[in-house]
Order: sequence, then structure tokens, then C-alpha cells
Amino acid sequence: MKQYSDLEYLRLSKSQKFLYKLASFFTAIPRAIGNFFLAIGRFFKNAGLGVGKELADIFLTFKDGDWKTKTSYLVMGFGSIARGQVLRGLMFLLMEVVFIFYMVTAGGHWMSMLPSLGKIGPHEEYNEILDAYTMVYGDNSFKILLYGVLTMFFIVAFLYTWRLNVKQNQLAEEYLKSGRRLKTGADDLRSLVDEQFYKTLLALPLTGILVFTVMPIVFMILVAFTNYDGTHDGYNNALFGWQGLSNFRTLLTWSGSGVNYSATFGEILTWTLIWAFFATFTNYFLGMFVAMMINKKGIKLKKLWRTVLVMTIAIPQFISLLYVSKMFAKNGIVNGLLLDLGWIKQAIDFWGSTAHNGLLPRVMVIVINIWIGIPYLMLIATGILMNIPADLYESSRIDGANAWQQYTKITLPYMLFITGPYLLTSFTSNMNNFNVIYLLTGGAPTNAAASGAAGSVGYTDLLITWLFKITTGAEAQYYLASVVGIMVFVVVAVISLVVYNVLPSIKNEEDFQ
Amino acid sequence: MNETLEKRHMGLKASARISNTIIYIVLILMAVVWLIPFICIVLQSFRVESTWQVGYVIPQKWGWDNYVALWNSDFKRWYLNTFVIALCVAALQTVIVLCMSYTLSRFRFKLRDGLMRFMLILGMFPGMLTMIILYRVLKDLGLTQANAVPGLILVYIASSGMGYYVSKGFFDTIPKSLDEAARVDGATRAQVLYKIILPLAKPIVIYTILTAFMGPWGDFVFAKYVSFGTSAGMNVAVGMYGWLQLDQIGQKYTMFCAGGVIVAIPVTILFMCLQKYYVEGVTGGAVKG
Repeated sequence: MKQYSDLEYLRLSKSQKFLYKLASFFTAIPRAIGNFFLAIGRFFKNAGLGVGKELADIFLTFKDGDWKTKTSYLVMGFGSIARGQVLRGLMFLLMEVVFIFYMVTAGGHWMSMLPSLGKIGPHEEYNEILDAYTMVYGDNSFKILLYGVLTMFFIVAFLYTWRLNVKQNQLAEEYLKSGRRLKTGADDLRSLVDEQFYKTLLALPLTGILVFTVMPIVFMILVAFTNYDGTHDGYNNALFGWQGLSNFRTLLTWSGSGVNYSATFGEILTWTLIWAFFATFTNYFLGMFVAMMINKKGIKLKKLWRTVLVMTIAIPQFISLLYVSKMFAKNGIVNGLLLDLGWIKQAIDFWGSTAHNGLLPRVMVIVINIWIGIPYLMLIATGILMNIPADLYESSRIDGANAWQQYTKITLPYMLFITGPYLLTSFTSNMNNFNVIYLLTGGAPTNAAASGAAGSVGYTDLLITWLFKITTGAEAQYYLASVVGIMVFVVVAVISLVVYNVLPSIKNEEDFQ
Repeated sequence: MNETLEKRHMGLKASARISNTIIYIVLILMAVVWLIPFICIVLQSFRVESTWQVGYVIPQKWGWDNYVALWNSDFKRWYLNTFVIALCVAALQTVIVLCMSYTLSRFRFKLRDGLMRFMLILGMFPGMLTMIILYRVLKDLGLTQANAVPGLILVYIASSGMGYYVSKGFFDTIPKSLDEAARVDGATRAQVLYKIILPLAKPIVIYTILTAFMGPWGDFVFAKYVSFGTSAGMNVAVGMYGWLQLDQIGQKYTMFCAGGVIVAIPVTILFMCLQKYYVEGVTGGAVKG
């Protein structure tokens, strides 16, 4: 595509400008994706170089170090203690003792089982006392995988601490050589509420994230490569084992064992994207519109209108969503009213109509999501609109701009400029909007064509509600749920990356004088 | 000359009046649409002639029966569970979120950027994915079913550090020169936080407490997983969801309405009192992205 310079660009007509922007948006996408892969390549290259440098550094420290340093390679913290940094030294030593104790008593066992995820499954064995065959339980695949992951994290933490220990020795030697004083334990403690206060502050939050988010995610990613499900629960009925990439192949290719996962997946993914698009942009524009109406000069009772809308944010969603879903039920209030008025002859099945690929329920969830979302967007838009300098509007009015021109030339660019990142996060969180779908429809009505592959699938099911159904159904295909979860991640990550890489180029052009 | 100007002025005024009238009509319609479900739910909670769903709104016979039935059901237990969870989460999550956001706003340490990017990526995994394993782990710890409350609190607060964006945006707006002045006067970093920043951060502290308190009232999925059909461990959302299922809706529909009113009233009052802070937080959060 031809690149214009600024001057050439300004000379283009309006429609040409628009086409140019559009074209540069789309031509930027391959470049953005290319950049992404280049970045990955660079990351691995840097990581490789980094590891090499570390190893060389460790080797040199050993070669040049004194006997205290050399002993520290085996007995962690020895150098620190010998040089008077008792607190640090003891922490290192404690880490080493705990690590060795853990690896000998448990960790080694779990690590050795990890490649097979258990050898002896539940089986029947002859029991001499009872003189009968009884069930005997063997290994527990779930625990092996869980503690295996835990042990791997611990090993990484230990290696890091060991490296820190070596580094400490090297630094201490340098310090002593140049005649500086080493920090004492008291200094270290004091620094934890001062220079290094961030370590104190982050300790608790990061531990929580590590244990309750990072490790579960690693675990679930690994589950995607096993056959963990209701019939292979790892202990009670059968072990589960590694399956390689076969789960991904089942989901992504058109051939399955008699069932068609990929068609189901494709259908749900399409609807998820459609839903996220409409849920995000209907709320965005209508919310902005409502905010503009309330903010308009001359409108009275601004506070009242705002309060009415804001109040609905306070009411827990499960109440409003469940209640509204029942309002539109076949025997609900809405149908009752319409029947009384004589506008319809028989009740409309708002949630059950499967005509046109479940068009009615699909539109309904989007409409009710507008009802849920507008108050929130109204708040956001109000805050931003009030920040737009009023003289922009004044001067544009003097120049003869009408309301529509003001909107497209001032309000909208300003809003988009400021809320660009918010739009992206709101799109991705709508993709994972479990509550609205599950509480309104539960995924209904059933999509007969897509069902069967993994339980029943409905027309309004998002990937996230499908994932929930998969794990709670009778078969509980956890491995499939993991694969779907990873797919959701991939979709979200790709969208975010592309938008982030493209956004700035659009932003720069959205300058408003 | 003057006349035409005046005419034009009148014309403008008239068109403004017309557009304002249209806006008033739209706003009134909107207020009705937004309030009707809540008015209906209140009215139906007082209906005593039948307990199932009906096609009319105004009860034929009024009474407190549904509220009495609520008092005699497991609802009390669910309400207490949710309230305890909400209180604990409000306290602990606020501490964690503030620690996290203050640190990321004020300190520049080696892994800061990497950490923020890492958390951004973590956030792209659907939270539901981790439920399976968290459920199994909580089960092994004995923190499911009847003991679901401590288990839920643990899980809610553990990962709350990831939601630091809004309050970090707020801390970013407090000038750093304040910190530096205090540091010159000999205050430690910890003293800066307690004595200077926290008093200034009152709005965001209240916002964080408010959102943390309101979260557990609406949580449904994980609570459903963890209570696993045991009534004693349910929160209001899970318990009342059961009342609207096919097997119970005939007897429990009006009770659901009454329960909804009881749940919504305190939360709404609290929210309306602290509305100012909520609005500030939401607007600030969206602007900073």
C-alpha cells in the first residue's frame, strides 16, 4: 500500500482519508502479528543469552572466590554467616534445609511419578482375612500432577535462591575489597520498611496470586494434555495419563470419534464473538447517548435521572437477571400483559424459540444486557464528557457546526481516544461474561445440531458457559474444558495484541484541534 | 433587521424546547423501564394468594406470608454466610489491593514491568478454568460443602491483587513530590504510606471496600461449585437460584421475590450512601484504562 506523508494526507478528500485510514488499519494487522512473532523470537534469544551469561558468571565467581564463597556453593549462606551477615545466611541455610528435607521425603517421589502420572490404578486384590477380592486403590494421578507442579515451582524457587546466594557472596567480596561496610541483619530489616518496602507490600498479594492463580493455570494447562475426566478421575475408577496433543487435534480438526467437536466449537466461538461485539458496542454508544441526554443544558432533575439508573447497579445481578429472565418466561408478566392487551394471541416463547438459529433468545440476551450495562457506561461517559473543554463546542458552534457534526468531530473522537483501552477490556470481559448468559438463559434453547459432541449445547451458550457445562455434566470432560479454556486465552490474547499494536497508529490520527 | 434576529432567536428557542421535550419523554420512559422490574419484585413479594408465577403484577391479596416463610427457611443461613463472606472479603481484599496498587504506582524495581505484563497475561485466562482444581484442593482441605464459607473467602481474596488497576490509577494522580518532601524530612517509605498517602487516598479506599463488599453478594459460579448442593454452605445467590428451578418454582417464586428484596435493600442503601466514591472510582478507572 502507498504510504502518504503528512502533507499528502492532508490534501486527500474526506472519503479518501477514511479509506486510507481503513486500509492502513488492515495492512497494519499482518505487521502487528509479524511483530508479535519477532518479539517471541527475540525473547527466546535474549533468554538463551541470559542463561549463558549467568552460567559463566557462576563459574567465574567460583574460580575467583575465596574459600568462604566456594563453601557457599554447597552450604548455602555459609559465606554470609562467615562474613557477619547472620540473618541473610540463616535464611539461605533454612531454604536449603527445607528444600532437601522436602525433596527427600516427598518431592522426589512426586517428580519421579510425574512422567507416568501413576502406575498402579485401582484394582481388586485377594484379601486373606475376608477371604474375598476387595478393591485396592493405588496411585492418585490428580495428586501426582498437583504435587508435581508444586515441586517444580519449588525447584525453580530453590535454584533462584541458590543463584542469589552465589551473587551475595560475589558482592560481599567486592564490598570488602573496596573497604565498604556490609549490611547487617538490622539494616536488612530496616530496609524492609524503607527502600525495599515494596517487597514487604508485595509479599502477601503475590503469594496469593502464585498459589491461587498461577499454579492452578499451569495445572490446568497440563490437564489439557491428559485424559482427565469423570471416568478417569485418577483415583477412584481409573488413572489418567498423558495424551500428547490429541485433545487439541480432536477439538480443531473436522474428524472426531463419531462426534464433531470442531463444528460445535466453531459455532460457539462465532456466537461468542458476535455477542461480545454487540454487548460491548450497544452498551457503549447507548450509554454515551444517555449520558449526553442527561448532561444536555436545560435538562432539569439531572440528579434524579442519574440516581434512578445508578441504583440498578447496586442490586446484585443474580436478582435482577433471574427476575428479568422470569418476567419474559412463557407464563411471565410480559406475556401476561401482552395477552391482556390483546396484542398477541398466544404467549411468545422468548427463551425457547429456536427459529433462525435461536435469533430471538440471542437478541433478547443482548437487549437485556443493554439494560444491565447502560447505567455503568452512563457513569463512565458522564465523567469523560464533563472533561471535554466547553469552548470546543462554543467555537464549533460559531463555525456553524450542527449537533451531529459536533458529535462526530468532538465528542466521539474524544471518547474513543480516552476509552480505547477500556473498550478492549470490556470486549474481552464480555467474551467471558458468564453471569448474564447463565442466569438469563442457562444457554438455552438447545442447539440440536451442535449438541452431542460434549453434552447439550444451546444457542446462547458462550465458550465460558460451555466450559462450565462440560465440567459439571455427567461425563465431566476436564481435559476438554482445559483445551477450551486455552482456546479462549488464545483468542483473547490475539485480539488484545492486534488491537494494542494497531491502536496507537489510529490514535495519533485522532487529533482534534 | 432586529425582527429577523428575534425571529431566529425564537426559532432556536422553540427547537430547543422541542428537543428537550423529546429528551424528557425518553428519560421518563427509561426511568420506567429501569425501575419496573424492581417495582414488580417488591409487589410480588407481598402476594399471598398464590406462590407461583402469574401474568399480573398487583397482588389480589396482600400479606407478609412470604417474608415469614423466608424466616423459616434456610435463607437465614445463606444470608449470614454471604454477609460474613462479604465482610471478610471487604477487609482483606482492600488491604491486598491497596498494597499492590500503591507499590506498582510508587516503586520502580527491577521486575515491575515484567510483573505487570505477566498479570495482564494471567488475566486473559478465563477464571473458570482454575475452578476445577481449586475445588478439588478445597475439598481435600475440607473447605467445601458445609464449610464452604472459609474456602470461598480464601479463594476470593487470594487472587484479588490482580484487580489493582483502578486504585493504581488513583495513586498515580497523587503528586510524587509529597513523598519526596516527606522522605527528605526523614520519613521511611512505610511512614510515607501510613501518614501521607493513606489519608489522601480515602476515596479510593472507600471505593475498594465498597466493590469488595458488593462482589460476594452476586457471585454465583464458584459458590455453586464449592457448596455443591449442601444448603448450609450456600450463599444467597446459589440458594435462591435453586428456588427458580423447575422443581421448586411452583412453591418458591414469591419467596424468591421476598428474598430478593431483603438482599437488595441493605446493599442498595449502602451503595447509595457511598455513591460519590463509586462514581469517582469507575470514571477514573475507565479513563486510565
